[in-house]
Amino acid sequence: MFKPVLTWPLGGALLAIAFVCAILLVKPIGVSTQFVIADTAVWDVINPDIIITDENAKSGYSSPNAYLNKSGGKYAANAANPLNYSFVFVLAMMGGAFLSALLKGDKPQNKDEKTMPAVWRNRFGDSAKLRYTAAFIAGFLVLYGARLAGGCTSGHMMSGMMQTALSGYIFAAGAFLAALPIAIILFNKKG
Amino acid sequence: MELTLAILLGALFGFALNRAGATNPQSIINMLRLSDTSLMKAILFAIGLSSLVLFSGLALGIIAPAHVSIKTAYIGVFVGGILLGIGFAIAGYCPGTGLAAAATGRKDALIFALGGLAGAFAFTLSYGWLADNTFLFDKIAGGNVGLAATGNDKYDALIPFSGTAIGIVQGIAFIAIAYLIPTHILNKK
Repeated sequence: MFKPVLTWPLGGALLAIAFVCAILLVKPIGVSTQFVIADTAVWDVINPDIIITDENAKSGYSSPNAYLNKSGGKYAANAANPLNYSFVFVLAMMGGAFLSALLKGDKPQNKDEKTMPAVWRNRFGDSAKLRYTAAFIAGFLVLYGARLAGGCTSGHMMSGMMQTALSGYIFAAGAFLAALPIAIILFNKKG
Repeated sequence: MELTLAILLGALFGFALNRAGATNPQSIINMLRLSDTSLMKAILFAIGLSSLVLFSGLALGIIAPAHVSIKTAYIGVFVGGILLGIGFAIAGYCPGTGLAAAATGRKDALIFALGGLAGAFAFTLSYGWLADNTFLFDKIAGGNVGLAATGNDKYDALIPFSGTAIGIVQGIAFIAIAYLIPTHILNKK
């Protein structure tokens, strides 16, 4: 039915269908908030005092943590009930990618590619330890940055810019201003 | 009903990310180092086409203005964008594509997602201090603004002109840029 990876106009059109359907039926797509919800759901198991049922809060929940207590305890409420739209959406996104890979979509072709992409291997060698350490630090930076920005590539760049949001443009400027030179320095062969 | 939609729309998005090549860190790094901009073209085309359909749908009354949700603009959006950009370039993953890539069997994506959980937790712990002691959450241009009016009066328009026209012009502009960007800028083979 589909080629593993579509040509860019078809891939772009398929992405646009997903973004437009989401805003038509529910709300714009976003992902990075759900990292906080997952963290907090676990944190609440270890320390039940972090989410408090609170009749006076807009969401019905409050938290001693300023971030979780923000916007009437919205994040505390979502972490208390992870079976909500946004969290299930992200789980389903992983399911959709898994299904696509299963149906001859894009997936790592061998053990080597499961560990790192070829572009990394050509530049930094075979060490899985180095790649995993870099991936962990990168993941830390990406999600710290996304939460500071209030959204990620999906929420700010795609959903935001399609709505002409100023915040989307500001986010994209910051992200590409950093990402382009760093990728060029890290991965392009000198000379 | 809402959870059914979450499953259908989430699965559609994950499927689309995979078919667009966005779950492959090779495609992302090649896009960022400007050696193959195909994925950048797909993203720009997707934003442009989405703008066209969204603002047409709003004008025709098919899409409810209440579904519009514009995020606040503040200093931290730019600073956070830079931090995200650094990690994006190193790993070749962003939050959504990292999780989706982990689901296709990439181990480095799984490690990236674990790092992401740690980073999100660190932010959760540091937010209170940052909000009290820094200017990171100072709003830019009033905060809740878009270039175009959307019919949702929670958000102001920066350009005092027909929102439909601006949305459609933005859409056409992004599609034009997607076509015009050369596929291979650096590292020509």
